[in-house]
Amino acid sequence: MDTLLFIVFAIVAVACALNLILQSHPISSALSLIGVMCSLAVLYLLLGAEFIAMAQMIVYGGAVMVLFVFVIMLMNAGAEKRSGKSWFAQFAGPPLLVLFAAVLAFLILRAVPKLRTVEFGTWVGGTAEHIGQMLFTEYLLPFEVISILILIAIMGAVVLASKEID
Amino acid sequence: MNFFLISLIKIVIVFGVFMTTLAYLQWVERKVLAHIQSRTGPLRVGPHGLMQPLADVFKLLTKEDLLPPYVNRIFYLGAPFIAVALALISISIIPFGPEIAVAGTRTYMQVGDVNVGVLFVLAIAAISVYGVALAGWSSNNKYSLLGGLRSSAQMISYELPLTLVIVSPLLLANHLSFREIGNSQAGYYLGFIPRWNIFQMPFPQIFGFIIFMIAAFAETNRIPFDLPEAENELVAGFHTEYSSMKFACFFMAEYANMVTITCVATLLFLGGWQPLFPAPYSNYVPVAVFLFAGVLCFLHAVRPARKRDRYTFPVFALAALALAILFALPWFQFVLAPIFWFASKVGFLLFTYIWVRGTLPRFRYDQLMHFAWTFLFPCALINLLLTALFVAIF
Amino acid sequence: MPHLPPVPLSWYLVLSAILFVLGVAGFLYRKSIITVFMSIELMLNAVNLSFVSFSYQLRRIDGHIYSFFVMVVAAAEAAVGLAIILTVFKNRGTLQIDEVDSMKR
Repeated sequence: MDTLLFIVFAIVAVACALNLILQSHPISSALSLIGVMCSLAVLYLLLGAEFIAMAQMIVYGGAVMVLFVFVIMLMNAGAEKRSGKSWFAQFAGPPLLVLFAAVLAFLILRAVPKLRTVEFGTWVGGTAEHIGQMLFTEYLLPFEVISILILIAIMGAVVLASKEID
Repeated sequence: MNFFLISLIKIVIVFGVFMTTLAYLQWVERKVLAHIQSRTGPLRVGPHGLMQPLADVFKLLTKEDLLPPYVNRIFYLGAPFIAVALALISISIIPFGPEIAVAGTRTYMQVGDVNVGVLFVLAIAAISVYGVALAGWSSNNKYSLLGGLRSSAQMISYELPLTLVIVSPLLLANHLSFREIGNSQAGYYLGFIPRWNIFQMPFPQIFGFIIFMIAAFAETNRIPFDLPEAENELVAGFHTEYSSMKFACFFMAEYANMVTITCVATLLFLGGWQPLFPAPYSNYVPVAVFLFAGVLCFLHAVRPARKRDRYTFPVFALAALALAILFALPWFQFVLAPIFWFASKVGFLLFTYIWVRGTLPRFRYDQLMHFAWTFLFPCALINLLLTALFVAIF
Repeated sequence: MPHLPPVPLSWYLVLSAILFVLGVAGFLYRKSIITVFMSIELMLNAVNLSFVSFSYQLRRIDGHIYSFFVMVVAAAEAAVGLAIILTVFKNRGTLQIDEVDSMKR
């Protein structure tokens, strides 16, 4: 059952990611990205990370991507104009990217040979309780620092968006 | 195999009841609104208009399905399905009662328990913005676009106080699963005050409950926060261009969201299926309620206001009496009493929704945003801080 | 239902690599600022997947914490980045990356 789920959602994720870079309209790309994020949330659940899966849906799917869609709708951004690319990018680009992916996959398989197999339910370490324990004991300082970072980002966004530049 | 069969049965029951509730909620709403405004409401189709939902479904199904030429086809067709599918998912993790034993198998009155149930509901609520936003954008119409933009801005803004205020009952229950939250509210103070979160002592959570309900009104786009579909400004908001079944999808999604959010409110603040009175008395309450309803129906049948009431009210009276007898039998009582309490709390909250719709005027858009960010958000924050402080001290 | 063998964890890592490369491709090939920004988000997501996979391998939840931090940083980044994009759009009236080139001239 989890094998089937993995295959289905991995295919959905890759298809949506491909759609993201092939679609010319920003809103189609944004929706494909939401598809990637939701299928990744399912994969996180399979890996026993239930809290991260829900945080993925709430933070990425709910907050970040709503912001994207909102901005696209607000600017009424049309389809992207096709502009000329260099012949190098046109012809050598895709093979180089595939090569990059192959090298990455090869390195992963070489570097970590003894990997476990994933069976749903064999490890449930990622409950909200565990994450909370870790966040407020071992990772307390990074947690506080990151809250300050968020605060600065909010203020920065407000200042940037409200400023009129001549 | 047993697990799959039981799950299938539960899904069928929950789905059937949920769909019927959605259909009749609309009838109830029209009736209550009508009586608030001194009208009679739907009366033509069936006795007391009881067949009205069925007639509405037929009307919507057989209407011509218009597809305007200027819309963005894929998103235009996809948006209603996103909206309705996401609205129907959340009910699957709501527990309607405690563990029960039917024919030797023990099972929970819940389709599936999720460890992070509260987060799941929040996640689905976060995703369901897209249905409305896409519908508004893809219609290629300025009213729809404005409605969609307003709706997404409103839902994002009110999600903040909603989420903050959900945290305080979680602090009290110390668990994220709805089943555990419901279980944690069993028992009574001084023998008669129920230990529901709304009465929990550290800080009276009634303020939290009020903030939750206000934010819930905004999240479901209901009056007084129904700016996305304000008729006098935006025609019909994001669903201006939708007709027939696609319109029905948005309609159904709105009602499904209403039912889900009142179920969540019931579980988080009103003790879920826990009865209002201690055990020996609480079992007689449903019997008394249905007996009273039956006697009332008989009295109305004796002195009918309309001619047809002479035949309809005895039927209602007999149904109420049959329910009263059912609740008096020990075995049925065991299964049905939690559902009775849960349903009556949800029903009360839904009635409040309709009541507010019949009473309050609509906000202006700047008032709406101002209210969310400068009043509701700080209130939720203060509520959370005080609750956390009291939980930490006691 | 036929019984399928369980998935090795390496598949998850390879999926993460594929998604990362697709993010790089979008970043390099696309001309719309918003789509470029979304490609960055895709790369962050791919990295998150590998964090969670390694967390499963090591039976420790540090990976979850890191991916949580990545999410928070991504949210902050999206807020600031979209504010910048809005400002650029307000001032230049375009979203094409190669039309925002007044530093070159």
